[in-house]
Amino acid sequence: MANQPDTIASQVDALAEQAGTLAEQARTLAEQVAGSAMGSAGAASHAGEFWWLFTVFVLACFIGFYVVWSVTPALHSPLMGVTNAISSVIIVGALIAAGPAEFTSASWLGLAAVLLASINIFGGFIVTERMLAMFKKKKT
Amino acid sequence: MTSGLTMLAYLVAAVCFILALRGLSSPTSARQGNLFGMIGMVIAVLTTLISPNVVNYLPMALAVAIGGGIGAVVARKVQMTALPQLVAAFHSLVGMAAVLVAWAALLTPENYGIGAVGSVPISSMIEMSLGLAIGAITFSGSVIAFAKLQGLVSGAPVIFKGQHQLNAALGIAILVLLVIFCATESYVVFGLLTALAFILGFLLIIPIGGADMPVVISMLNSYSGWAAAGIGFTLGNPLLIVAGALVGSSGAILSYIMCKGMNRSIFNVILGGFGGEGVTAAAGTDGDKAVKPGSADDASFIMKNASKVIIVPGYGMAVAQAQHALREMADKLKAEGIDVKYAIHPVAGRMPGHMNVLLAEANVPYDEVFELEDINTEFSTADVAYVIGANDVTNPSAKTDSSSPIYGMPVLDVENAGTVLFVKRSMASGYAGVQNPLFFKDNTMMLFGDAKKMTEEIVQAMD
Repeated sequence: MANQPDTIASQVDALAEQAGTLAEQARTLAEQVAGSAMGSAGAASHAGEFWWLFTVFVLACFIGFYVVWSVTPALHSPLMGVTNAISSVIIVGALIAAGPAEFTSASWLGLAAVLLASINIFGGFIVTERMLAMFKKKKT
Repeated sequence: MTSGLTMLAYLVAAVCFILALRGLSSPTSARQGNLFGMIGMVIAVLTTLISPNVVNYLPMALAVAIGGGIGAVVARKVQMTALPQLVAAFHSLVGMAAVLVAWAALLTPENYGIGAVGSVPISSMIEMSLGLAIGAITFSGSVIAFAKLQGLVSGAPVIFKGQHQLNAALGIAILVLLVIFCATESYVVFGLLTALAFILGFLLIIPIGGADMPVVISMLNSYSGWAAAGIGFTLGNPLLIVAGALVGSSGAILSYIMCKGMNRSIFNVILGGFGGEGVTAAAGTDGDKAVKPGSADDASFIMKNASKVIIVPGYGMAVAQAQHALREMADKLKAEGIDVKYAIHPVAGRMPGHMNVLLAEANVPYDEVFELEDINTEFSTADVAYVIGANDVTNPSAKTDSSSPIYGMPVLDVENAGTVLFVKRSMASGYAGVQNPLFFKDNTMMLFGDAKKMTEEIVQAMD
């Protein structure tokens, strides 16, 4: 908490303080989880989560397969543009890294990733929009 | 570990992403689809921002503002001919972001709910290293692809002895390091893993020639998706997994389509070397035969007397920036009541669908532009085929000469048209280094000159 820049308004400070306590709670919780992970019960639940996520992954691959085959070849370039922007949803992971009030080296990594992903999100959607705006029908 | 509401928001965002891709099934619904994509992204980011652990808003807002600003400016300024470079650069950013997030997860596992430093579960470490390795390969591979497309390095394939053995050794080394890392959770090993993956990405792309870039870009598109999915597994985040899987399969399908367009297997492309060495299989076909050169006036006369003209644009048209002149020519022909269509080969251009975008930019209506399989039978009913900046994709020896390096590649049957007007700078062969027997056919007229200049001269001659 001590590393908060002085320039931040007092309201933000109060908010950060609240969040700090929340973060503390979460940390203790996480520690408990980590502790229980040593036991077989914790390991089993993590394995269960993996299989659940893996199911989501495989089903999403199938959806992707069928949806992308229905994309008209004329729009393959915009498809790359928009998938580029969508894959930048990795910004979610970057925000979590940059999120905690306490500033660590991981925060810097997170912030750098947020910056890179933002370039991609804005750039990807805008360039796709630019391409799509050019596709016009024949004037009759 | 995540509340029901968060999961619901992530589900909505995932559905938005699916709708974004679905919208691209037709140009009329595509822009709406793009909007869905943006909505999905906003939902994803906002949901993450309100989670209790994310409080450091000011620096994050700054990072988004700087990154978003750069992205917006670049995306607005970029020339449509430079799209492939831009996409390659964007892929590299996703790869780098994946590397950074993987490192952040290793340094502060408690933020991601995967234990604490020193007691990260093995499954999380595997997922983390996979996300890291794929991300790093995507990054360095995309940087090379960008440099090749931008002309910063030669587009020619770089091949050396023992290349494949070296790549295989690197791959094995990465796997070994992965195992050691899972056993030790050592930062040093993770660092080595990062470095080796960077090198592998670099080595995987340098042997691939400039003309194979459509496949490379699609492949890297796919990798960037798998990297995001890998990080999604690490974070236990279903949205990242869904988005990654969508992008990954999209890139894989595009790679497949591009490979089919060149009649080559994906392994053949990855192993590389095509178009660099002297491919001299089709020797001895020229020399005694003569070509029939023509002028802009001849071309104008032939086309004005036609009732149906099919234009076959290739990458050379984009390089010469001839698309606007070409549209003007088509307008003149249409004003005379002549039926004008465009035929596009899947690998025309430097990325999938590139030629369609370039024609759309020149205000060519998309319903005049047809894909190879939709128009190939129509050449026999056309009076003129106007080939501009394309070469290998019209080469009939792909159908007849089994010794030709491009044998089996699907080509446009332009020779079936009444007259073939072939715009070409000189008699040099295409990237495959193959002589095109089309030049020596009786119904072919060669128009020697710059694609843009020649087309402009034809437009003038039509007045």
